[in-house]
Amino acid sequence: MKSLPLIALLLPVAVFAADADYTLVIKDHHFQPAELTVPAGKKIKLQVENRDPSPEEFESHPLNREKVIAGNSRITIYIGPLDAGRYPFFGDFNQATAQGVIVAK
Amino acid sequence: MFGTAVIVFREVLEAAIIIGIVAAATHDVPGRKRWLAAGLLAGLVGSAVVAASTDAIGAFASGIGQELFNAIVLGIAVSMLAWHNIWMSSHGAELAANARHVGREIREGRSECSILLIVVGLAVLREGSETVLFLYGIAASGNGGTTPMLAGGLIGLLGGIIVGYAIYAGLLRIPMRWFFAATGALVLLLAAGMASQAARFLIQADILPSLASPLWDTSAILPEQSVPGMLLHSLIGYDAQPAGMQLVFYVVVLTAIAAGMQWAKRPRKI
Repeated sequence: MKSLPLIALLLPVAVFAADADYTLVIKDHHFQPAELTVPAGKKIKLQVENRDPSPEEFESHPLNREKVIAGNSRITIYIGPLDAGRYPFFGDFNQATAQGVIVAK
Repeated sequence: MFGTAVIVFREVLEAAIIIGIVAAATHDVPGRKRWLAAGLLAGLVGSAVVAASTDAIGAFASGIGQELFNAIVLGIAVSMLAWHNIWMSSHGAELAANARHVGREIREGRSECSILLIVVGLAVLREGSETVLFLYGIAASGNGGTTPMLAGGLIGLLGGIIVGYAIYAGLLRIPMRWFFAATGALVLLLAAGMASQAARFLIQADILPSLASPLWDTSAILPEQSVPGMLLHSLIGYDAQPAGMQLVFYVVVLTAIAAGMQWAKRPRKI
């Protein structure tokens, strides 16, 4: 709980930071695009839009991220700065089809 | 079905381990079963509410509500576990002296129990809401495979409960001399691991810098999705690819609670 005042202090920074914007769409339990190219060495603001009625969880071990996306809604997730390379991600609730990779160049 | 079992197992495991440790740490407190059951029930109801309001929570604070929510829930749990450990340390001598006849303060340790009730409730709330969403997604899609998927969910649930119970039963076999030291150490590591998870959410929300991302990468040797990886993640907060800030939180919370325990243990003049 020590971090709470800190959070309040840093909120405005989070709001005004201008980061590169990218969007992923979930449709029929697939990510579109399945391969997303982003610049290396920059912080990325990734929007994930779920056009399915069922919830999904964006998860990636190499990116160290996980976030639930309700049905028919969108979320924002910050990643990077990344070294050049491939960073697979998946939809935790539909792993059979929801697979993708972020390529940092 | 197997995939479903694994996902549900993973979610249940974390809560089950926390409940197992808390149940063992309080095994001498009368009426704690009622407290644990109440915590569990409150957590289950809460997880359904959280699952139903995923959309609203996510949209809060310009899209980082989910991270803030998780970080706050984890922060509260860390504070409760810290309080428990420090409180136990201040009564450690008394407890060790009459292990068979636990002090009156613990027998009447109502406030103490309500704290652990909150920890149990929060653990179930966090892990449960994801499970509810996942199973809801399956049920809502309704494409034939619902029954085997739900059966898989049940298997995962049972698996998690078995591990939690094994930890509980295992802890109770520890001789009385070391029992409080052992449960205290586990609670300490549990709290530090939760602090590291809270840091991860705050980095994800872009509120904290990652410092180093990742600080190390042991995903080839001990992946977090493996069973030992999952167990270590829940028990001591193991992360295969942690950010530097996570380690900062881990060490700071570990040191602060340990120092608090030492301070509480200091000999008092009467």
